[in-house]
Amino acid sequence: METLDYFLPQVWFFILALFLFLYVILDGFDLGVGILSLTADSEERRGMLMTSLSNVWDANETWLVLMGGALFGAFPLAYGTILSALYIPIVGMIFGLSLRAVAFEFREQANRKWFWNLAFGLGSLTAALGQGFALGSVLYGIKVDASGHFTGTIWDWLSVQSVLVALTLVQGYVLIGSTYLIMKTSGELQKNHYRTARIAALTTLVGAIAITISTPIIYESTRSQLFERPLLYIFSLIPLLGVLLIGLLLRSLSREAENTPFIWTLLLFLLSFVGLGLIVFPYIIPTRITIYDGAAAPSSLVFMLIFVGFLIPIMLFYNIYQYVVFRGKVSSTAYGE
Amino acid sequence: MDWLPDTYILSRMQFALTAIFHMLWPVLTTGMGIFLVLVEILWLRTRNPAYYYHARFWSKLYVLNFGIGVATGIPMEFQFGTNWAPFSEATGDFFGSILGFEASMAFMLEAGFLGIMLFGWERVNPYIHLFATIMVAFGANLSTFWILIANSWMQTPTGGEFENGKFIVRDYFQAMFNPFWRNSVIHMFMATLETSLFVIGGISAWYILKQRHSPFFAKSLKVCLATAIAVAPLQIYIGHLSAEQVYHYQPTKLAAMEAQWETTPAGQAADWSLVAWPNNKAEKNDWEINVPNALGYILEFKEKLSEPVQGLKDYPPEDRPHLVGLVYYAFRTMIGIGFFLAALMAVSTLQWLRGQLSEENIGQQRWLLLAWVGSAPLGYVAVETGWIVRCVGRQPWAVYGQIRTADAASNIPAGEVLTSFIGFMLLYTLLFGTTLYFGSRIIRRGPRLDLPLPNEDKPAIETGKTQHQPDRRPVEAQQ
Repeated sequence: METLDYFLPQVWFFILALFLFLYVILDGFDLGVGILSLTADSEERRGMLMTSLSNVWDANETWLVLMGGALFGAFPLAYGTILSALYIPIVGMIFGLSLRAVAFEFREQANRKWFWNLAFGLGSLTAALGQGFALGSVLYGIKVDASGHFTGTIWDWLSVQSVLVALTLVQGYVLIGSTYLIMKTSGELQKNHYRTARIAALTTLVGAIAITISTPIIYESTRSQLFERPLLYIFSLIPLLGVLLIGLLLRSLSREAENTPFIWTLLLFLLSFVGLGLIVFPYIIPTRITIYDGAAAPSSLVFMLIFVGFLIPIMLFYNIYQYVVFRGKVSSTAYGE
Repeated sequence: MDWLPDTYILSRMQFALTAIFHMLWPVLTTGMGIFLVLVEILWLRTRNPAYYYHARFWSKLYVLNFGIGVATGIPMEFQFGTNWAPFSEATGDFFGSILGFEASMAFMLEAGFLGIMLFGWERVNPYIHLFATIMVAFGANLSTFWILIANSWMQTPTGGEFENGKFIVRDYFQAMFNPFWRNSVIHMFMATLETSLFVIGGISAWYILKQRHSPFFAKSLKVCLATAIAVAPLQIYIGHLSAEQVYHYQPTKLAAMEAQWETTPAGQAADWSLVAWPNNKAEKNDWEINVPNALGYILEFKEKLSEPVQGLKDYPPEDRPHLVGLVYYAFRTMIGIGFFLAALMAVSTLQWLRGQLSEENIGQQRWLLLAWVGSAPLGYVAVETGWIVRCVGRQPWAVYGQIRTADAASNIPAGEVLTSFIGFMLLYTLLFGTTLYFGSRIIRRGPRLDLPLPNEDKPAIETGKTQHQPDRRPVEAQQ
C-alpha cells in the first residue's frame, strides 16, 4: 500500500475526531443545560437557562450534522453499518434533539409552558442517553462480518458497559452545562450551579473510574491494546492527569471562580477524548474494520479534503465570532430573587 | 395488511413521510431569507422605519419555521445510515461527500450567523447585521444547491461506474455537474422563492383585507409582487426544460407523468392527455380526455416528435414506476399551480400599473386580495407534488438504472421501523398542529410598530465584568 492510502484515512480520522470533539463540547453544555432545566423550580429560571442557549444551540447541533456528513463521505461503510446497528439509540437521539429544538421557540410562544419544558428537558436527556449508548456500543465493538456488515441483533447496544458509558456521559454533560452556566449567570442561579457542578464532577469521576477499571477486565481486545508498549505509558498517564484535573476543578469551584471551572472541564473532556481515540484507533468499527479498510477511495478523500479542509478554520472563525458578539452574562434582572 | 412485515416498504414510507414533512419548513425559510435581505437593504437605503419593522415582523415567522426545519432535517441525514445502509455504502464516496459539503458550507454558515441575525440587532452595527442576514440566506440557498446536486446525481448518475454494486468515481466534477443539475438547482431555487413570495404576499393581503396596517403591508405585498414578476414566468420555463430532460434521460418517468402506456415512434404526433385514470393492472387508462397532437408541441415546440415517447409497456413491470396515477396527478397539480400563480402575478401587475394598488385604492381590490390569501399554501403543494414526480417517478430505482430501492434498504427488523415510523407520525402531527397554532397567533397579533430603532439614542452595551447589563430576549420571543 502506498503512503497516501495510510495518510488520507488518518487525516480524515483526525478531522472526524475534531468535529466529534467540538460537538461533544458544544452540544455537551447545551444538552447539559437542558438536563439541568429539569431541576429548575421556576419559570424565570428555566427561561434564563434557555436564553443562555438561544443564539448558539443551532450552531452547536450543526457540528453533529457535519460529523454525520463527513463520516458518510469518508467512511461510508462505517456510516451505514454503525447507524443501522444502533437503530434504537440513534432514532432515540433524533427524537430527543427534535423535541428540544422546537421547544426553544414553542415554549416562548406558549401560555402553558409545562409541556415544552418537559420536551426540552427530557428531549435533552434522551439525546444524551442515545449518544451515550451509541458511544458505548461503538467502543465495545459492534458485531460485523469480515466485509463490515452488521451481524448482531437490534438490542446489542444494551449492555452493562454501555449503560455505564451512557450514564457517565450524561453526568459529563451536566458537569459542562453547570460550568457553562457559572460563566453565563450570576447571583442565586450561579450559586446553584456551583453545587450541581460539584455533584456532577464527583459522579463523573465515579463513572470514569468504573469504566477505566472494568473495560480492560471485560474486554480482551482492549486489554491487549492497552498493555502494549509504548501505549502503556500514555494510558497510565491519562488517569493520573484526570485525577489532577478533577482536583483543580473542585478547587476552582470551591473558590467560586467564574471561568476556570469551564476550562478545567474542557480539558477533562479533551483528556477522555484522547484516551478513547487512542483505544479506537486505527479502527472505524472497533475491533474489526480499520480506517484503511473502511475508507472511501483516496480520490474521494482528497476531493473532500479540498472542499472541507480549508473551510474548517473559516467555520471556527465565525463560530467564535458569534460567541464574542454574545459574550457576557445573561440577564440578572429578569431573574427575580 | 401484508406490507407490514416488509422493512423495505416501511423504510420507504418513513423516508417519504420525513421528506414531505421536512420540506415544508426550509422551503419557506430559504426563500424568506432572500426577502429579509431585500427589506433590510431597503431599510438601510431609505431609512424608512417601516422596512425595519418588516424585517423584525417576518423574522418571527422565520424563526418559528427555522427551528422545525432543523429538527426535521436531522432525521433526513441520519436515515441514510439507519434505514439505507447498503445505499450509503454503495454511493458514499460521492453522495456522502456532497452531504458533507452541504453541512460544512451551507448549514454551518446559516447556523453561525443565525444568532446574530435574530438576536444581534442591538449588539452589532447595521451593516454587520445585514452581512449576517445575507450569510443566513446564502447558506440556505447553498444548501439547496448541494442537495439538488446530490439528488440530480441519483437521477442521472454520471462521473463514474458501478462495480459490484459500488459506485467508483472517475471524475467528481462530472458527477456533480451531471445532466440534471442545472435545471434542478434553478427550479428548486425558484420554487422556494416563489412559495415564500406568495406566503408573504398572501399574509400581507390578509392584513389589507382586514384593514390592519394597510399601508404597511401594501409595501411587503409590492416587494413580493415585484419579485414575482421575474420569478413566476421563469419558473414555468425552467420547469419545461426539466421535463424535456426527463424525456431524454428518464423515459419511464416521462411515461408515468403522461400516463403513456404505448410507445409513440419518432416522427409521429402524439396526443397529450388532459385528464386520465391510469389502471396499473390493465396497463391502460380506464378513461382519458386527450388534446390531439399536443404532446409534440409541449416537449419540442413542434407537432412531430424527433425521439420516440416510450410507453410504460415497453418496460417489464419490475423496471417501471407503479404509482402511475400518483405521478400523473402530482405532475398536473404542480403545473396547474405554476400557471395559476403566474396568472395571479400578471393580473396583479396590471392592476398595479393602473394605479389600483395605491394606498387609497388597494382596499377595494377584494377579489385580488382574496386570491393572494388563497395562494399562500399553493407553493407548498406545488413543491411537494414536484418532488413526488421526481422521486416516485424515479422508482423502482434509488439511483436511476443502477441501484434498486429494494436493494438499498437496511436489513433491520420491520418492527423497529414500524415503531419509529409511528413515532415520526405522532411527532410530526404534533409539530404541524402547534406551528399552525402559533404561526396564526403571531399573524393575528400583527407587527409591533413601536420598537426603538437599533443603536439609536442609546449607549453601547457594556459587557464588562463588573457591570452586567440585562440581556433581554428580543421581541421575536417576547410574545
